[in-house]
Amino acid sequence: MNAPGPTPGPTFDCRAAFAETLTELAKSDERIVAVCNDSVGSSNLVGFQKSFPNRLVNVGIAEQNMVGVGAGLANAGFIPFVCGAGPFLTGRALEQIKVDVAYNGFPVVLCGMSPGMAYGELGPTHHSIEDLSWLRAIDGLGIVVPADPAQTSAAVRWAAKSGTPCYLRVGRTKVPAVTPEGADVFAFGRADVLRDGSDITLVATGAMVSRALAAADVLAGRGLQARVINVSTVKPLDDAAIILAARETGAIVTVEEAVIEGGLGAAVAETVVRNAPVPMRILGVTGFAPTGAAEFLFDHFGLNRDGIVAAALELKKP
Amino acid sequence: MGLSPAVDAKAGLEPPFSAAMTAAERAERLNLQATQIRRSVVEMVGRARLGHIGGDFSVSDILTTLFFSVLRVDPTAPAAPMRDRFILSKGHCAAALYSTLAMRGFFPVAELKTFVEPLSPLNGHPNRRKIPGVEANTGPLGHGLPIGVGTAIGARLAKADWRTFVVLGDGELQEGSNWEAAMCAGHFGLDNLLAVVDRNRLQQGARTEDTNRLEPLGDRWRAFGWDVVTCDGHDHSALYEALAASHPGKPRCVIANTIKGKGVSFIEDRVEWHHKVPTPEQIELALKELA
Repeated sequence: MNAPGPTPGPTFDCRAAFAETLTELAKSDERIVAVCNDSVGSSNLVGFQKSFPNRLVNVGIAEQNMVGVGAGLANAGFIPFVCGAGPFLTGRALEQIKVDVAYNGFPVVLCGMSPGMAYGELGPTHHSIEDLSWLRAIDGLGIVVPADPAQTSAAVRWAAKSGTPCYLRVGRTKVPAVTPEGADVFAFGRADVLRDGSDITLVATGAMVSRALAAADVLAGRGLQARVINVSTVKPLDDAAIILAARETGAIVTVEEAVIEGGLGAAVAETVVRNAPVPMRILGVTGFAPTGAAEFLFDHFGLNRDGIVAAALELKKP
Repeated sequence: MGLSPAVDAKAGLEPPFSAAMTAAERAERLNLQATQIRRSVVEMVGRARLGHIGGDFSVSDILTTLFFSVLRVDPTAPAAPMRDRFILSKGHCAAALYSTLAMRGFFPVAELKTFVEPLSPLNGHPNRRKIPGVEANTGPLGHGLPIGVGTAIGARLAKADWRTFVVLGDGELQEGSNWEAAMCAGHFGLDNLLAVVDRNRLQQGARTEDTNRLEPLGDRWRAFGWDVVTCDGHDHSALYEALAASHPGKPRCVIANTIKGKGVSFIEDRVEWHHKVPTPEQIELALKELA
């Protein structure tokens, strides 16, 4: 009961699925190019570079230029995957994301690598916990946060074909497979019910989905049947799935590897309060993190199985 | 919502004042065209009661030379894949750009009357999704050159011979993103990319050299790996020579020495005319000087 952390079993770094899928797609679509900021290694683009040396544009450590170059490549008819560590891509180049990509409507795929608190001990400068909030405010920019490798791969395939601007969070934190094997694991704008329940709903995204599933197991033992929804598209939010959950379960806990102001929890609350007000708890990062590895920080902020269980029990007594 | 090409626009990528003309004839035609563009700017800013007339006038000859004698663009097919790309990084000079695009046939000249009216496609800064001929939405400074580096890299990847032209304000060069892009273009030796600096030496609040010094400007661009040409930014022959010629192995920067407010005596080289609006009497005077 007190052991924190994800469910046992094999876990995966989503960057590998991202890179393999991108390289595979690039074989059959010459328009696909990768743009990076000296992050060939950290963005897992070594294989892509080997296969397509000319189609990897490394602009050096210059994120504003990187995003502008991505927009220009889209103007020229290419499908650019612009890759950089989440904090620098979204923080340093925020105006370029707003203007060059979203306002222009260029189909640039902004790939925020190692988002959330994946860079643990490197500290708040390297944490990308504000990205969901500040990017949600930008019109026309889809926000996709896959929960496991299969979903990452499917999201990359969607992004290459979408023709619209989007931000793709590509997780470095190791996660177990949470999406059903062989299923249609990703559709843009669709939230997936991974576990049904009628007493309370746990809404999670990215690396938090496996923790929500683990929490649902514990809650079941305590007599609460929790619905678990994987929100892999944070924007646009699947309003119908959230409204239905609010009406059918009467209480919602959201959990995200991001600040609680303006991210997934806020998006869910905006929908709930307008359509089907129910009590909520919003779990996320509450302030600049102290020193520690990602797993330590998840525990520190209560972003683990027990933290989710505790929040659920505050809302619904078994 | 968006605009369509003017009905009388000529199809094809060739510029109207082409290489077939004599240099003198071309310069004469460009000069007359630029005067029409300045007159249009006066009327637009006067009617709208807002705009950036000083910068519109300093960049008018550059825009005219590009659109009427250099750029391979087709007003009847504004998204033709093999077109040259033109990006106005100093997007606040939209009135000059809109006038140029309309007179080149991208949309009817009559539409210019709607400049900044409610729901007009002609916003205070250009929007590619509403205006044919606009390649990139600009407004915040320091955005045009990185996008131009991207289009130039794209042309090279596609093994296509179209070129990219970016017009920058000089004050705008205080934005660091320009130098990220300049370094990148120099590194990649993008000889299909040409940047024009509208060197009018004034920015919104004061002279550039009194605000955040740009000189030695040519040396700075050269140090970033660019081929640098300096010319009189109101001399259409000099501009044509600088803009039309190829520049193998390196991106080119044309430092076009201009006068902010060029063409109207009481507007020229005065800092307050960055975005001052002329009175009805001043409009009449300005149109007289631009006869």
